[in-house]
Amino acid sequence: MSDTPVLETRAVTRDYTTSSFFGGGKVVRALKGIDLKVARGKTLAVVGESGCGKSTLARIITLIDAPTSGEVLINGEQVRVGAGLTAALRRKVQIVFQNPYGSLNPRQKIGDVLAEPLKLSTGFGAAERRERVMAMLKRIGLGEEHYNRYPHMFSGGQRQRIAIARALMVNPELLVLDEPVSALDLSVQAQILNLLQDLQEEFELSYVFISHDLSVVRHVADDVMVMQWGDVVEYRSRDDIFAAPEHPYTRTLFDATPRIDPARIRARIEAKAARIAGG
Amino acid sequence: MPLLEVRNLTVAFDTARGPFRAVEHLDISVNAGEVLAIVGESGSGKSVAMLATMGLLPDTARVTADVMRFDGRDLLTMSAHDRRAISGREVAMIFQEPVASLNPCFTVGFQIIETLRRHTPLNARQRHARAIELLEAVGIPEPQARMTSFPHQMSGGQCQRVMIAIAMACNPRLLIADEPTTALDVTIQKQILDLLLDLQVRHQMAMVLITHDMGVVAETADRVVVQYQGHKMEEADVLSLFEHPQNPYTRALLSALPENATGGRLPHVDVAAWMAEA
Ligand SMILES: Nc1ncnc2c1ncn2[C@@H]1O[C@H](COP(=O)(O)OP(=O)(O)OP(=O)(O)O)[C@@H](O)[C@H]1O
Ligand SMILES: Nc1ncnc2c1ncn2[C@@H]1O[C@H](COP(=O)(O)OP(=O)(O)OP(=O)(O)O)[C@@H](O)[C@H]1O
Ligand SMILES: [Mg+2]
Ligand SMILES: [Mg+2]
Repeated sequence: MSDTPVLETRAVTRDYTTSSFFGGGKVVRALKGIDLKVARGKTLAVVGESGCGKSTLARIITLIDAPTSGEVLINGEQVRVGAGLTAALRRKVQIVFQNPYGSLNPRQKIGDVLAEPLKLSTGFGAAERRERVMAMLKRIGLGEEHYNRYPHMFSGGQRQRIAIARALMVNPELLVLDEPVSALDLSVQAQILNLLQDLQEEFELSYVFISHDLSVVRHVADDVMVMQWGDVVEYRSRDDIFAAPEHPYTRTLFDATPRIDPARIRARIEAKAARIAGG
Repeated sequence: MPLLEVRNLTVAFDTARGPFRAVEHLDISVNAGEVLAIVGESGSGKSVAMLATMGLLPDTARVTADVMRFDGRDLLTMSAHDRRAISGREVAMIFQEPVASLNPCFTVGFQIIETLRRHTPLNARQRHARAIELLEAVGIPEPQARMTSFPHQMSGGQCQRVMIAIAMACNPRLLIADEPTTALDVTIQKQILDLLLDLQVRHQMAMVLITHDMGVVAETADRVVVQYQGHKMEEADVLSLFEHPQNPYTRALLSALPENATGGRLPHVDVAAWMAEA
């Protein structure tokens, strides 16, 4: 049982139909047959070009959207999106959306945002819920004074942390994080990545971690999947892929990663000055 | 004379627990042709400071400053009408949350064309052509077909690039870019940054770039401001900042780079302790 992956997909595809004003929809295949496996307590990082289908994949593996074809298995059992989904299964798989603002109800106070999943899926009373929400606020670096604030009263990075906290409230088995730390400064990023790591060790939590920051990917991933145009171009262990990227697109990604290098900074500044002087 | 000059900016919000100062005594200036990066703690007032400068904060914010000038014109005493005329045409802003700042009810083509209609003398046919050109410049595949897409039919990074296209549409003299590449993979990020830097040099555009990505700072900025809890901690040219960071908070921040992880864990940056040591 224990070697059954928490998540597996087999040949998952997804088509979008865009209707034009002149009638007659155009079908775009956003996913072209994705096979992946995530073992219990492990992290799969997904990287790839903007628009290559990462968020589409995230919505399918968290059972929000159905694939056009192919299978999604949770703990070895095939699941179908629709009426048959139990609340227990839904709770097992949580998502942190790429766009935290759009996923928070603007009229709901943050304390209630975090308490709601507990209300829906546990028997805790109001006092217990409040206590757990407070504890979670602390873990993400916010405090009591934030309990009664509305989403628009937070900074971008604070909203991102709230979205992560909400997904963690119900102790999921699999957490899909879509660009979870791109809005965070380095010290808060370190805090959140360490928190995710602690939870993984404590509860054998599994992650699908979508990110474009390769230094973060290198830090969190066990396996790395590289996507381009709806396809997987490279899918190997983190150590292998960082030691010797095989696919040209993976190499392009590595080369394009910005670097902190005084010699490069100097060269860039000199080039800019020369360009301005040259008119 | 700096293109944008702000002195002693303070922004306070009325909250249930009394006023909360998100920005205090902040000086910011940026020259034509210069890239100023603002980095710092999440929640330290980076976005609020720039929104205050643009006059875009809600009524619960109280904004005060000794000086707030754009191109020598006083933004504090200017009429709301004149100020609106400046923002959008001479100053453009790329907002931190692109999906939330596009209008979900209109196609992306319409939203770009609308900006061009308000801020350029182009005729309808030219506007359409220019909109496609802009989508192409930000790396959207099949730009012609994408003109009729709605924001929800685009990926996160595609929406972010539409925002960038809109901001570039009127060749602003100052571009305020709040985390403009958070949803972009590094190859497209590079394409976009190169595009912005090219515009920047060619048109002597000034740019304020808010970012958490120190690599992006290293590859784009001329000067850097480091913010912490509403205050400016340090201001330095980009090379000095990385070679000899002066302020303890700056050093704490740089120590948290993921490549500095030891034994699988990232260094816990106890910012308060670093500050106390100072
Ligand atoms: N509802 C939709 N209708 C039509 N096309 C869509 C829809 N949603 C997404 N797409 C298209 O499908 C492709 C994949 O989108 P997706 O959001 O999965 O990309 P992504 O890899 O998450 O990109 P990013 O890194 O920019 O967030 C994109 O080309 C996008 O324009
Ligand atoms: N309308 C509001 N009412 C009360 N407080 C607010 C409001 N808007 C912002 N704040 C607070 O002001 C502070 C500064 O917010 P700001 O958005 O400028 O942060 P930031 O530096 O841009 O952070 P990030 O990097 O996370 O985007 C935060 O503590 C935030 O919670
Ligand atoms: Mg996405
Ligand atoms: Mg911000």
